[in-house]
Amino acid sequence: MTFNIYDFTSFNRWIDEGLNSIMSPTWALITEMAIIGIVFLLFYAVVGLFLVYAERKVCAFMQNRVGPNRVGPYGIFQTIADFIKLLMKELVYIKDSDKLLFNLAPFIVIIASFMALSAVPFAKGLHAIDFDIGILYVIAVSSLGVVGILLAGWSSNNKYSLIGAMRSGAQIVSYELSVGLSLLTIIVLAGTMQFSEIVEMQRNGWFIFKGHIPAVIAFIVFLIASTAETNRGPFDLAEAESELTAGFHTEYSGIKFAFFFLAEYMNMFLVASIGATVFWGGWMPFHVSGWAGFNTIMDYIPPFVWYIGKTAFIIWLMMLFKWTFPRLRIDQLLTLEWKYLLPINLVNILFMAFLVLMHWHF
Amino acid sequence: MSAESLILFFIVGAFLVGIALLFSSLVPPTSTNPQKAEAYECGIPTEGITWLQFNVGYYLFAIIFLVFDVETVFIFPWAVMMKSMGMTAFIEIIIFFFVLGVGLLYAWKKGALKWE
Repeated sequence: MTFNIYDFTSFNRWIDEGLNSIMSPTWALITEMAIIGIVFLLFYAVVGLFLVYAERKVCAFMQNRVGPNRVGPYGIFQTIADFIKLLMKELVYIKDSDKLLFNLAPFIVIIASFMALSAVPFAKGLHAIDFDIGILYVIAVSSLGVVGILLAGWSSNNKYSLIGAMRSGAQIVSYELSVGLSLLTIIVLAGTMQFSEIVEMQRNGWFIFKGHIPAVIAFIVFLIASTAETNRGPFDLAEAESELTAGFHTEYSGIKFAFFFLAEYMNMFLVASIGATVFWGGWMPFHVSGWAGFNTIMDYIPPFVWYIGKTAFIIWLMMLFKWTFPRLRIDQLLTLEWKYLLPINLVNILFMAFLVLMHWHF
Repeated sequence: MSAESLILFFIVGAFLVGIALLFSSLVPPTSTNPQKAEAYECGIPTEGITWLQFNVGYYLFAIIFLVFDVETVFIFPWAVMMKSMGMTAFIEIIIFFFVLGVGLLYAWKKGALKWE
């Protein structure tokens, strides 16, 4: 067996050849798909459960509390217990609600976030699909989630839900522009949209260092816009609990509510990993050109650890945002996007293009 | 894995939700009463219909978004080719952004970006 923690391509080939040698190609393909499906399903569930736990712990420490500490050591099984409890709850239907759309909404939200995850490179050779239009694909698919949120709010036949969904729609749709444009800034520097190539180009320096000033501006804009796009505080006015009970998922109970919750956290994980991949080199270790010894030491840390570390750091930043800043009003929110972030982004793209033209990047 | 395997992710995502919904609709105990089916708004029966006319501001922003989103799609191929095309691409994007900027400025001055 050729398992190598630094490069999964040979491991993948080993599985592929092994399966093809014991069964027909069609069945080998089906088995591979089943393996990938199960692995992603488990990964999705584990990361989702862990992030909910992490959020509660971070929130608790910021508020000088202990957080969940009863179920298991340090309360790590708390979210699993919550999940089982939610699974065993009755699904309540509201009188006069649109049943079909009401049931369809969690499907759309989960499928959108699950499909977007398929393009993320976790380590060398460890990705489900390596598109040549990777970034465009992720932006396109992850923006489908807003349809689910709008459907959820609309079909609930509840005024709070409708207001929450409309706010959420206006917000996600607006900030999607800034996410796209800030990633575009890096595409100008990279000249490709394929994730594997983008990561490979950062071998001798991450893009946030290579593109210096415009890349840093783009990263800050990306961080703000992606926090808003995932409906997280301080931009969580779609589910502002002090005014709208719970926003678009007020009427959802049991496991359906859990899916909206899960999708929110997985979207956070997704934008954090896109940010880590595009700006901070994904699974690429931290390299300084010229320092051969330092680079060798950094290479010993497995790529998957680098990837998870960077993603976790961005997620941690987003959690700090949520528990630090007060919630914005909707007019402030739209002003921030349309009058500040969008013009800054457009100018920033020109700046980056000029930099690439003059070869002033590293 | 090729792009066809996107179907796989679609199916697995649908399967995850479907199996949980199926379990949740069959296994847990259920009970119904008229109050339970009321919308969770204020405790007394809801007044008026929910699906009514809505603040036009949301639609305005949706229209501006549509314009800019289409523009973004145009910029993507440019961004990929920028490095290899050099000066030509740079001049073209300046003209493009100028037109785009005039559009944004027009919407701004008209008050479309103001929330009321």
